[in-house]
Amino acid sequence: MNDLLETSSYASMVILMIAMALAFYRVIRGPSLPDRIIALDLVATVVVGILCIHAIRTDAHVYLTAGIALALIAFIGTVALALFIRRGAPP
Amino acid sequence: MSDIVTSVLMLTGSLLMLLSAIGIVRMPDLYTRMHAATKVGTVGVSAVVLAVAVHFEHMKVVAPSLLIIVFFLATAPVAAHMIGRAGYEFGVALWEKSVIDEWKKQKRPPSPPAA
Repeated sequence: MNDLLETSSYASMVILMIAMALAFYRVIRGPSLPDRIIALDLVATVVVGILCIHAIRTDAHVYLTAGIALALIAFIGTVALALFIRRGAPP
Repeated sequence: MSDIVTSVLMLTGSLLMLLSAIGIVRMPDLYTRMHAATKVGTVGVSAVVLAVAVHFEHMKVVAPSLLIIVFFLATAPVAAHMIGRAGYEFGVALWEKSVIDEWKKQKRPPSPPAA
């Protein structure tokens, strides 16, 4: 890996960390349940980005497969939580 | 050359995701926050995945990265729509400066969830 890729991937990693911290601020702050769910959805998106940048940094494309799995699970989790809000907790 | 393209795509994507996180902190209510989280976040992650595809330059990597992009483009609106609807039925208030609320004008509750 050359200098350019090293520097830019490091910078992107730092930027994504800041983004994840901001999203977690919204998860903690609330104020309502749907707010927390969209913030968690954004956290999952940012983690997919972090996996992709790590794949570039380590020259291992296996992380992309993990990204696919994480994207699928995040979507299913978001939809499940939305249905949970609409119908209420199961008895 | 390909390293320059990779770096530009990577930085663009991560800056867009930072923008979306700033939006999710700064926007006034649930519905505007949802716009920031889904639209900008999708474009940002697409740019980063494209950077991976440009970097590896192999069909074994390009095909899954296109798959991820298509998947994000297909699922983000669905998830946002479901959460927006669920939030409205849950009773999350609109921002006080919102211009229009068409469900309120209909004077009947939105259709019940399908069984």
